[in-house]
Amino acid sequence: MRRSVAAWTLVAPALIALAMFFFLPIVAALLLSFTDFDLYALADLHNLRFVGLGNYLTLLKTPLFWQALGNTIEFVVLGVPLSIATSLGAALLINSKLARFRSIFRTIFFAPVVTTLVAVAVIWRYLFNTRFGVINWLLGLIGLGPVDWLGSPHWAMPAIVIFAVWKNFGYNMIILLAGLQTIPDDLYEAARIDGAGPLAQFRHVTLPALAPVMLVVSILTMAAYFQLFAEPYVMTQGGPVQSTTSILYLMFVQGFQFWNLGYATAVAFVLFAILFALTLVQVRLSRRWSGQ
Amino acid sequence: MRRRAIPVNVAMWLLGLFAMTPLLWMLSVSLMQPGEAAHFPPPLLPARPTVQNYVTLFATTDMARFFLNSLALATLATLISTTFNVMAGYAFAKLDFRGRDALFRWLLAALVIPAQVAMIPLFLLCKELGLVNSFAGVLAPSIATVFGIFLVRQYALAIPDELLEAARIDGASEWRIFRSIALPALTPILVTLATFAFLASWSDFLWPLIILNDTAKQTLPIALANLSREHVQDFELMMAGAVVTLAPVLLLFLALQRYYLSGLLAGSVKG
Repeated sequence: MRRSVAAWTLVAPALIALAMFFFLPIVAALLLSFTDFDLYALADLHNLRFVGLGNYLTLLKTPLFWQALGNTIEFVVLGVPLSIATSLGAALLINSKLARFRSIFRTIFFAPVVTTLVAVAVIWRYLFNTRFGVINWLLGLIGLGPVDWLGSPHWAMPAIVIFAVWKNFGYNMIILLAGLQTIPDDLYEAARIDGAGPLAQFRHVTLPALAPVMLVVSILTMAAYFQLFAEPYVMTQGGPVQSTTSILYLMFVQGFQFWNLGYATAVAFVLFAILFALTLVQVRLSRRWSGQ
Repeated sequence: MRRRAIPVNVAMWLLGLFAMTPLLWMLSVSLMQPGEAAHFPPPLLPARPTVQNYVTLFATTDMARFFLNSLALATLATLISTTFNVMAGYAFAKLDFRGRDALFRWLLAALVIPAQVAMIPLFLLCKELGLVNSFAGVLAPSIATVFGIFLVRQYALAIPDELLEAARIDGASEWRIFRSIALPALTPILVTLATFAFLASWSDFLWPLIILNDTAKQTLPIALANLSREHVQDFELMMAGAVVTLAPVLLLFLALQRYYLSGLLAGSVKG
C-alpha cells in the first residue's frame, strides 16, 4: 500500500505533464482537423464549424499539397540512401584496424550532429553561395559549375540533401559502428581462409550481419527526414517556386501565417499517417527477420 | 598491409575534412574584416584577424539577451525534465503499482506520434492558459518526455531488488530509498539525460518559433534565423552569430561525449 502511494507520487508529475501537453493535444488535433478553425474562430469560438473530412478533401485537391508531398519524398529518396551510405562508410573507416586516430575522427564525424540546425543551415547557405561560395569554388577547380544551388528549383533540394547528409551521418555511424563491433573476428578469419578479399568479405560477412541494424536505421532515418522543416525555413524559405516546401513547412505556413489551424492540423495528420505506416513496415519486417 | 592502410587513412582524412570544413570556415570568416569573405576565390583565412564582428554583433543586436534567454530556457528544461523523468523512470522499473506495465506500453506506443501533430492544439491550449509569449509556454512540452522515462527505466532495471528490500527492512521510507540508493545508482544516466535535454532545448526551433512572438523573448536559433534574413550580405557578422550559438553545445558535447554516445546507443535499441 505504502509502496504504491510512493510509486504514484513519483510517476504523477511526469504523467500529468504528458497527459496535458501531449496526449490531450493529440486527441484535440484529431477533432480540430475536422473543423474549419481559422482566424475568426480564434477570435470567437462561435465561428467554429464542423466540416467532417472537408479539410482532407481540400488537401487532396490542392496542387501545393501534392507538391509539398513530392518535395518531401524527393528529400527522403535522395537523402536517406546518401546519409546511410555515408554513415556506413564512416563506421567502416572507424572500425578499420588500419586507420589511425580513430577516436578523434569519431568525435569529428559526430560533431555536426550536436550542432544547432539553424546555425549550421546559415553556414551552409553561404557555402552554397553562387558567386562567393566555397562549394562552387571547389567545383570550379575541377572544371565544373558554377551551380545556382539555392536559387534554382532543380538544385535547391539536392543542396538541402547535401547539407542534411553532413549534419546527420554521424548519428547513424555510431549505431552502425556498434553493429560492426558485434561481428565476431572468426567470421572474417574464415572468409579470409576461403580466399575472400576485402570486398568479398564486406559483401558476404559484413552486410548480412549488419542487415537488421541497417533496416532499423533506414526506417528511423526515413521517419526523421519526413519531418523536414528548419532547413528550408532558413536556407530557401520554401522556394524557389516552392521547390523546397515540405509537408511541415506547409503546415507552418497554413497554421501560423494564414491561421488556417483546422486545415494545418489535417496536414499534420497526413504526416502522422505516413510515419505510422513506416513504423508498421518496420515492425513487420523485423518480425520476419527474427522469425528466420 | 601498409599499402592497404594508405587509402583507408586518406578516406578518413577526406571525410574528416568534409565534417570539419563548414565549422572551421565559420570560425575563420567570423574573424575576417567586414566584407572580406564576399570575394572570389573565397578567402579561407582572415588576412588581418579581428574580433570586430563579435563587437558589432553584441553592440547592434540583442544577442546577449537572446543568449541568456536560451541559456535560461535550456537550464530550466534540463532541470525539470531530468527530475520528472528520473522519478517516473525509477517507479516504472522498481516499484509495483496497479496498471504499471499497461501504462508503460501505452507510453511507448506514443513514441510513434510525431510531436508536430500536437503542436497546433498545444498552441491553442497555451493561448487558453495565457502561456503564449512566455517561457512557461516554451517549456510546457518538455516538462517530461517518454523517451527520457524509457531511458531511465531501462537503466534502473539493473538496480538489484535486494538492495531496496534491505533498506525497507531497515525502515527507510520509499522517498529516502529513492534519494539515497536509487539516485546515486542512476547518476550516469542522469548525466546522459541532462545532456540530451540541454542540447535539445538549446537547438529547438519550431515550437519556440510558434509560441514566442515577442522579440525580447526570442531564443538564439530564432534570433539567428531572423538576423540571417536581414543581413544576407553580412557573411562575417552572421558567422560570428553562428559561433556564439554553436560554441556552448559543441563544448558541452566535447566534455560529456561519453555519456551522450552511450545514451544514444541505449535509446536506439528501442527500434
